[in-house]
Amino acid sequence: MLPDANLIYGDSPKCELDACLQHIFATYGNNKTNLLQILNEVQACAGHISTDAAAYIAARLDIPLARVKSVASFYSFLHLQPQGEYRVLFSDNITDRMLGSQDLMQRMCQQLWLQPGKVSEDGLLSINTTSCTGMCDQGPALLVNGKVITRLTLQRVQEIGQLIRNRTPLAAWPAEFFHVDDNVYRAGLVLGNTLTYGEVLRNSLQPGGVPIIDSIKQSGLRGRGGAGYPTGLKWEACRNAPGAEHYVVCNADEGEPGTFKDRVLLTRQADLVFEGMTLCALAVGARQGFLYLRGEYQYLFESLRAVLQCRRNANLLGRDILGQIGFDFDIEIHLGAGAYICGEESALIESLEGKRGVPRNRPPFPVTEGYLQQPTAVDNVETFCQAALALQMGAEKYRAIGTAKSSGSKLISVSGDCPRPGIYEYPFGVSVGEVLRDCGAVNTRAVQISGPSGVCIGESEFGRKLGFEDLPTAGAFMVFDDSRDMFEVARNFVHFFAHESCGFCTPCRVGTSMLKQTMDKIAAGHGTRYDLNEIEHLDQVLQSSSHCGLGRTACNPVLHTLKHFRPAYENKLKSLDFEPAFDLDGALARARQMTGRDDAGAHLKGDE
Amino acid sequence: MNEKKKLRVATASLAGCFGCHMSFLDIDERLFPLLDIIEFDRSPLTDIKHCGPCDIGLIEGGVCNAENVHVLHEFRKNCKILIAIGACAINGGLPAQRNHLDLGSCLTEVYLTEPGLIHGHIPNDPELPLPLDKVHPLHEVVKIDYFIPGCPPSGDAIWKFLTDLISGRTPELGHGLLKYD
Repeated sequence: MLPDANLIYGDSPKCELDACLQHIFATYGNNKTNLLQILNEVQACAGHISTDAAAYIAARLDIPLARVKSVASFYSFLHLQPQGEYRVLFSDNITDRMLGSQDLMQRMCQQLWLQPGKVSEDGLLSINTTSCTGMCDQGPALLVNGKVITRLTLQRVQEIGQLIRNRTPLAAWPAEFFHVDDNVYRAGLVLGNTLTYGEVLRNSLQPGGVPIIDSIKQSGLRGRGGAGYPTGLKWEACRNAPGAEHYVVCNADEGEPGTFKDRVLLTRQADLVFEGMTLCALAVGARQGFLYLRGEYQYLFESLRAVLQCRRNANLLGRDILGQIGFDFDIEIHLGAGAYICGEESALIESLEGKRGVPRNRPPFPVTEGYLQQPTAVDNVETFCQAALALQMGAEKYRAIGTAKSSGSKLISVSGDCPRPGIYEYPFGVSVGEVLRDCGAVNTRAVQISGPSGVCIGESEFGRKLGFEDLPTAGAFMVFDDSRDMFEVARNFVHFFAHESCGFCTPCRVGTSMLKQTMDKIAAGHGTRYDLNEIEHLDQVLQSSSHCGLGRTACNPVLHTLKHFRPAYENKLKSLDFEPAFDLDGALARARQMTGRDDAGAHLKGDE
Repeated sequence: MNEKKKLRVATASLAGCFGCHMSFLDIDERLFPLLDIIEFDRSPLTDIKHCGPCDIGLIEGGVCNAENVHVLHEFRKNCKILIAIGACAINGGLPAQRNHLDLGSCLTEVYLTEPGLIHGHIPNDPELPLPLDKVHPLHEVVKIDYFIPGCPPSGDAIWKFLTDLISGRTPELGHGLLKYD
């Protein structure tokens, strides 16, 4: 029996949520693959997902209440408890910290008499941290009720505090708070393209051209999400896989800290992204596509929807695209809700299906069993852009750009210690040193390539080249100068992985927490050489037994910084012998207080 | 003259129930061949009160008070190889269930406010070791070289582990012997 929304909530204060739920279900229907989208909307409308609302959703979708709650509890932007009218989340990437985010958050907490992570007693607000929001070139950043605010200063933070205290609706906040710059410093193949929308698609539909998949294979295009799988092979495998339906998915869950190039592509080149997806659909025979947009980029949602509508109006999407009978394809945008792991393609598909974003066993890979167990081509935002351009230019010309095994160009997101953080597009094969020169970085100590799961390199390796032959990258390029403590950088990344572990497999869930505790122990001055050994041991466990890549890469930041910056660790060690992570004598303090004792036996001195 | 020097082994139970020691005795008649190659130093089996230099130390139970800390330090100082044996030594086990309570309110409830108490007071004799605010597994206080999980680990598991160790093999508890309950 379906409970009536009006009956559940009675009449007065909840009727706003009632209307909201009715509207949501009118949009999404009773389709359980839309569960995450429905929960996102309820969260946005009511500030949290009450048990009543969850029960109503469960009944409408004909799924157990436990499943609704389990999905809601997986995503960090969804809450089962009230979180205040204003939910402030400070972006906690190392680049935000380097720009002073921790101090700003503390100042805001002081101003509003609040502890981080707690909801104020009047239910007005909560303040907490969140993983990198992808605004590293214009941080520190925060999200308030899901909307991003950039370039925080003390003044701006205090103004925000005042607006919250006055209960000013978000819509009435100064527009410049929400302004996001593109900061493109070097445009190339993709960012400098002058295509009109629909052009590549029109050409591809001309009779007598090279088939799309052959052309992509010859172009040597490889995925831009980091792993670098040959795109042509992926599309071919997807096309050849048997299935009632085929799907195209664009991975815009750009969660790797320090990466923000997809944000700029979706802002400036949305048409090219969708064009690439449509070409892929034509190649693999898909009728439905999804753009999975990370929750942090929710502000792009409306403009992206408008672009999709324009393309429908121009018959570049919809039925019989450009008059080609039987070429039907459309794209839906799904919003994530703050889970880094959903950038992993099989977790992303689970999330698209309205489930917890837990990575699947692979194989089978998504190309054979993806969305709803049907063949699915999942590619990065930039890959779709590059694919469209490769088809337009022709495989030979495209292949001539970049290096032998890495053809085409790559967008690099530069952040950290340099005067010009932003987007730089280079042909593959550019050296780290060249990028550093272009962004004006001086006294650089280290560069973190491709985010925490990538590699950290020191000065002696700045001659290395970006590309699949040497340094593969998804785009993040975080610069650290000689004033930075590389131990603290690694510790920030280790906290990130512990927070983002999906919890499904024990090695990763427990291992990332143990790694975090060990790093915190060293930071607190209790560390010893045994702890460094323990890190290496943990790495072996995580590498060999984690379910997915998150666990396998979680130790990278520590291992790489230990390799290049070992003294940054060693100078924090208390001694070379083992030390507890806590003060033994301090652990007796409560008992001393309760018994009134202070004799010699009531104390523990060192390790006698 | 050519007799090989026996390995010295010390054992102790800290915040444990002696269940692991009982399980050790479950190796039964294998104790005799074992005693051909080892001799016990400090242990409840010998009643020696302090341990001297040893090859192997086996400790059951977690660390719940100052005396436990002293014993553990003494073992670590004297044993080349120190082994945590059983659930309490490895995770804190049953005694660690008090860890989510404030020690002060535990003592208050037990010694002062419990119904039926007359003239209760919190024991403060210097002879008594003070309890730590939390119960810790051994490896949080000293470096531990090996862990034998189980509550308790079976006599066979202990036998396998010790014979591996004594013969110089890296101890490995295979299927059937590695248990957590």
